Amino acid sequence: MIIVKDLHKKFDKLHVLKGINQEVKKGEVVVVIGPSGSGKSTYLRCVNLLEQPTRGEIFIDGESLTQPKVNINKIRQKVGMVFQHFNLFPHLTIIDNITLAPMKLRGLSEKRATELAKHLLNKVGLIDKINNYPVQLSGGQKQRIAIARALAMEPEIMLFDEPTSALDPEMVKEVLSVMKDLALEGMTMLVVSHEMGFAKEVGDRILFMDDGLVVEEGTPEKIFNNPTHPRLKEFLSKVL
Amino acid sequence: MDFASMAKYTPLFVEGLKVTVQISFVAVLIGVVVGLVMALFRLSSIKILSWFANMYIQIIRGTPVLVQLYIIYYGTYPLFGFNIPPYIAAIITFGLNSSAYVAEIIRAGIQAVDYGQMEAGRSLGMPHGMVMRYIIIPQAIKNILPALGNEFVVLIKETSVVSIIGTADLVRQADIIKAATYSHFEPYIIIAIIYIILVIGLSSVMDRIERRLKQSDYR
Ligand SMILES: Nc1ncnc2c1ncn2[C@@H]1O[C@H](COP(=O)(O)OP(=O)(O)OP(=O)(O)O)[C@@H](O)[C@H]1O
Ligand SMILES: [Mg+2]
Repeated sequence: MIIVKDLHKKFDKLHVLKGINQEVKKGEVVVVIGPSGSGKSTYLRCVNLLEQPTRGEIFIDGESLTQPKVNINKIRQKVGMVFQHFNLFPHLTIIDNITLAPMKLRGLSEKRATELAKHLLNKVGLIDKINNYPVQLSGGQKQRIAIARALAMEPEIMLFDEPTSALDPEMVKEVLSVMKDLALEGMTMLVVSHEMGFAKEVGDRILFMDDGLVVEEGTPEKIFNNPTHPRLKEFLSKVL
Repeated sequence: MDFASMAKYTPLFVEGLKVTVQISFVAVLIGVVVGLVMALFRLSSIKILSWFANMYIQIIRGTPVLVQLYIIYYGTYPLFGFNIPPYIAAIITFGLNSSAYVAEIIRAGIQAVDYGQMEAGRSLGMPHGMVMRYIIIPQAIKNILPALGNEFVVLIKETSVVSIIGTADLVRQADIIKAATYSHFEPYIIIAIIYIILVIGLSSVMDRIERRLKQSDYR
């Protein structure tokens, strides 16, 4: 579903990604862990071209993102993204936050889009907030709405960049539980997270990134119980 | 001092007031339209557009408005072979002058919107222009409107220089009354008061609009 070949990213002279080779299969949940500044966000952002790769290739459903004539807007419709700081649209109500893109991009009628939004709001447990504005919601609620907003485009892949890092501890669970449901439904997910419990429980595969490279990867069992790379051991001793 | 003798010139003061307000208002309108285009040019990723807008803004902000007025008023004949009325020259000058400042106001208002908003829109698959239209501009307007109101207030005062080329604004009317009555003082006191009332009145209207905007801060 996602194939990444020799992905490099430089910001001016700063070499942030130094050759990532990865494949994410349909329905797989891949959790990316690693120290701050190791390039996790940059990797994720390259997958929907919020960052333009300096070198290498990325394929989504066999379609190359790095060839010059790519229709990036079409591809992004297939790849939902959830941000650390939610980035809900503050001037729109919750329902409008969710229906805007499907109405403008997928040509859904207002009625169909509203039905879809209600279905998604039920799924994330926030149907009672339908006419509220984002400012009236807690952080955990905002993040659940952000997930619903991304799902409204009916993406094939979901990217999550530290979706719970900006949340108070008591709100982390409600967001992780929505993500877990999504994983159980078979969504292909690429998740950057510091929630090791979530990584163990929901992840099919864990990538440990350090200094722009995936230095170790494997099942949660292998990564957490039998780490081999010294940087991974050091990292785990700090976070566990 | 003899303000009583000024009473019969009321129609002239009213006429001047009308002209001053008209010039300022039309100039703001032109300023908003041209300024919006220039702001979008400046933010554009197309190099030549942002370069052009940058030059335009630099030139206008770097020269005195009186010089601009002279160039536009006296320049049309050598350049195009005809004269334009002072009133039109005044509107064009202040419209273009204001557009440079408005462009900066709009650019700052757009840039003040969190960049995460653009990324969120783009990540849903919306093209750049669509995100601008439905997500960025509606939020930027809250930053822009109060500053635009302020620009209008500033113009009301600045347009007083148009009297130099004979535009019949408040100052020009005061000059005429001075010449007719030999009162060198009273006409200017009267228009000073008119300016103050205009500026304070407009400012308070702007304040009210601003407060209304803040109140409706998405609640
Ligand atoms: N737009 C940018 N311009 C310049 N440098 C950048 C940019 N984005 C990221 N970087 C740099 O690239 C490096 C990797 O950043 P990235 O955000 O990918 O790290 P991360 O692994 O996600 O870290 P964290 O856990 O703190 O989120 C950092 O040194 C960062 O400062
Ligand atoms: Mg990051």
